[in-house]
Amino acid sequence: MSQTVRKPSRLEPWQDAKETPYVRIEKVSKRFGDFLAVDDVNLSIYRGELFSLLGGSGSGKTTLLRMLAGFEQPSEGKIFIDGVDMSGIPPYERPVNMMFQSYALFPHMSVEENIAFGLKQDRMGRDQIRERVAEMLDLVQLSKFGKRRPHQLSGGQRQRVALARALAKRPKLLLLDEPLGALDKRLREKTQFELVNIQEKLGVTFVVVTHDQEEAMTMSTRIAVMNQGYIVQVGTPTEVYEYPNTRFTAQFIGDVNLFEGRVIEDEPDHVLIASEEAGCDLYINHGTPTPVGSQVAVAVRPEKIMLRKEDDDGVADDRNLTAGTVREIAYLGDASIYIIELDSGKTVRVTAPNVTRRVDMPITWEDRVQLSWRPYAGVVLTQ
Amino acid sequence: MSRQGFLSLGDRMSDTPPPNVGDGLAGIWRFIVATLRRLGLWGRGFVIAAPYFWLLLFFLIPFLIVFKISFSEAVIAQPPYAGLLQWISDPDLGELRLQITLNLSNYLRLLSDDLYWSAYLSSVQMAAVSTLLCLALGYPMAYAIAKAPPSRRGALLMLIILPFWTSFLIRVYAWIGILKANGLLSNLLASLGLADPSFELLYTDFAVYVGITYSYLPFMILPLYANLEKHDPILLEAAADLGCRPWQAFLRVTLPLSMPGIIAGSLLVFIPAVGEFVIPELLGGPDTLMIGKVLWTEFFNNRDWPVAAAVATALLLFLVAPIMVFQYTQGKQQERED
Amino acid sequence: MKRFGFLSWALVFGYAFLYVPIGLLILYSFNESRLVTVWGGFSTKWYAELLNNEQLVNGALLSLQIAASSATMAVILGSMVGLALTRFGRFRGRTLLGGMISAPLVMPDVITGLSLLLLFVALEGLLGWPDGRSATTITIAHTTFAMAYVAVVVQSRLAGFDESLEEAAMDLGARPFKVFFIITLPLIFPAVVSGWLLAFTLSLDDLVIASFVSGPGSTTLPMVIFSSVRLGVSPQINALATIFVLVVAAGVFAAAMLMARQDAARRRDEQMAAQGG
Repeated sequence: MSQTVRKPSRLEPWQDAKETPYVRIEKVSKRFGDFLAVDDVNLSIYRGELFSLLGGSGSGKTTLLRMLAGFEQPSEGKIFIDGVDMSGIPPYERPVNMMFQSYALFPHMSVEENIAFGLKQDRMGRDQIRERVAEMLDLVQLSKFGKRRPHQLSGGQRQRVALARALAKRPKLLLLDEPLGALDKRLREKTQFELVNIQEKLGVTFVVVTHDQEEAMTMSTRIAVMNQGYIVQVGTPTEVYEYPNTRFTAQFIGDVNLFEGRVIEDEPDHVLIASEEAGCDLYINHGTPTPVGSQVAVAVRPEKIMLRKEDDDGVADDRNLTAGTVREIAYLGDASIYIIELDSGKTVRVTAPNVTRRVDMPITWEDRVQLSWRPYAGVVLTQ
Repeated sequence: MSRQGFLSLGDRMSDTPPPNVGDGLAGIWRFIVATLRRLGLWGRGFVIAAPYFWLLLFFLIPFLIVFKISFSEAVIAQPPYAGLLQWISDPDLGELRLQITLNLSNYLRLLSDDLYWSAYLSSVQMAAVSTLLCLALGYPMAYAIAKAPPSRRGALLMLIILPFWTSFLIRVYAWIGILKANGLLSNLLASLGLADPSFELLYTDFAVYVGITYSYLPFMILPLYANLEKHDPILLEAAADLGCRPWQAFLRVTLPLSMPGIIAGSLLVFIPAVGEFVIPELLGGPDTLMIGKVLWTEFFNNRDWPVAAAVATALLLFLVAPIMVFQYTQGKQQERED
Repeated sequence: MKRFGFLSWALVFGYAFLYVPIGLLILYSFNESRLVTVWGGFSTKWYAELLNNEQLVNGALLSLQIAASSATMAVILGSMVGLALTRFGRFRGRTLLGGMISAPLVMPDVITGLSLLLLFVALEGLLGWPDGRSATTITIAHTTFAMAYVAVVVQSRLAGFDESLEEAAMDLGARPFKVFFIITLPLIFPAVVSGWLLAFTLSLDDLVIASFVSGPGSTTLPMVIFSSVRLGVSPQINALATIFVLVVAAGVFAAAMLMARQDAARRRDEQMAAQGG
């Protein structure tokens, strides 16, 4: 799992009570016939953010984006951009530009004409247009390709033309619909960083729709996780990954082991959960206050579980300590994934870096192993 | 679901001021635009409404008129039919009444006179046989074109369409010279010693079959080709891998998958062929009965408009089912393309 | 060496079936003899006679005029229908519009012709318009059935284009009207051109509908040909057919050359794109 590449120095305007959000989505719902595509969404997005809407297909993320662009009108609720109510304002009058998933480059125009298109609509002077187009081409490193038609470009180049065209009007808000969706994996990783660099350089607010959690984690200042039209969780990549608030988020972003259990102690500094599935009591030194006796799940990420052979000694605590048998091992090079069947019958996934050369093979198939994790590794999920 | 925006915004732009007298043409134009906007007939509304109005007026309503006139009586007048609505003064009650006379005699005539029945049946039969001939000839051709190397397909297809761009009438005419007595075919057969030069195929049902097949063949091949060309050759490899011989693979994979093409092509040939007039008129004999010819005769020779209208109505009722099937398959095709 | 199998024979036979009659027609247009089946030596006299046949020439001029105007109207109306059906989503009456636009594709000519004539008669009785049958009524009739073909062609072209192209243009600030003229129209232009040609040909070709809705003084070329063909074979018609075929073949050849050139350009572009990536 890649972690955020955001510099820690980056501003966090959503923490600042004095900041006014640049985009405000208030109680927005969208119906298509009987189908509720977007369900009572509230969101605030701040200037200079790279905000991701993350969800599977049918989660409503694209519909929400299209409402920001003005291609769809909310059935209920309001959208404000820079304090202005957007109801009834058509797409061509919004201070917003969009980069389409299919890029939607006009096939009958050259790269330059595509980029100049929006500027011409604004009746900008010819010299100014030429200057701006050159600047945009330079920004996306396509200066040599201005005279070409879209079909004479590779996929990655088209993607950059689409970006340049959407940025040419210097919108305050850029909407990106699966901006990297059509690129192959290696190009995608390279382009992620390029996008972030361009965004930081221009200071434009980006709202990105994506189904790729890794992409969202890498690029975003904040992520809104969507499911079935509503927003499950909003947070920074670290928050969403380390402190998922629901099973959905925990399972949608990264891999996770979930242990069902019952709260037996609830103190300010910790909770203790009895779990038959885990085969031990689960001790967590933080978390949401939960009444004793309630049924909860505890999420533990595979990389936070430590493995050792059972015959090793030096066990201090019997909390967060359980045992099982290795059933599968997947060797990935840098790390290995172990599938372990606990004595309760529950299957647990553990990833461990391959610190030594594999020849040594400290743990192998059908070995009995102990699994343990730190008190801060688990998260209590009540929903 | 995304169609909201496009051309839909006419009503939102209704901020045009009312026309000023003295603005002349520009003012009138602005007034027209403003009025159309208020009625929702500007922009997107206009794009729908204009052809809609045209088709209602020149396609749908005419059928209703045909239907109406099929119930009226033939009279010697201009136009040669009586109205259905008549003002009748009733001397007993001393008032004027509106009377609707539905004259069913035209339909009774269609039912009682064998001529019409046999014309309908023989039209259907001739159209069906010609459709099968087109299919038998067109399927292998469409298949062969679809299998040809992509670089050659365009040219082969062009050769199918090319005759279609030349005059239909002239293509039918070409067969007269071939099929007539002492014509090209009989001379050819005679020189081979197979027939007498006076051997004549013209003015027979056979000539009509040839004519319809010849004229409608492109309509069969094009939808078939459009369908066959999309088949993934890997399907046949998969079938072969699973143990199908080539002909079995054809029967079990290609043929069922090409069914939509077969249906579309067959209907494109069958439906217009049922009502065909030119081909039976030019190539058919005196006893070649086809309903299109009957309608023509009733209309132009007997000047019996109501009966012609009744014949047309009956023919239309006859064709409603195949036309519905055609529209259904067209609709499904479009959904797939969307 | 590939086996010359059943499919190849099917093609050879099929193309022979399509082209031998046309070939013979052309051949005998240069026949000195009036008898269409006896070769009397090479001659072009039928072409000269054809040009002096005032009835045919007038019919041809009228037909060309009707074909040009009805094709133009059919292209406008048919494109509107194609646009509405592919781009406007659901609207009230969409099903009826779809039905009315695809029914003319298969409607037998005798029915269309008769129904339009009865409409014109009824309208004349009601409104005094149209004043008798003329080239105008033929043009209206041809527009009505030709627009169905145009709609089909435009529709399939539009279906091949991503709707987000139009949305992108609007997103960049173009109003819907402008979007149509600078994005949609250039994209569907090839379909509009081929739709126009199709409508033109269909109009030029129609005998039955024109016979119903024509009046005195509006005798189209097919009507002239029909009445002459009814009387038997005439070498003048062969000459006319030859001219038809030559014009069409020249047009098709030009189109094919253009397409081949575009094809080559496209292949070059694809190579360029692959290298540039």
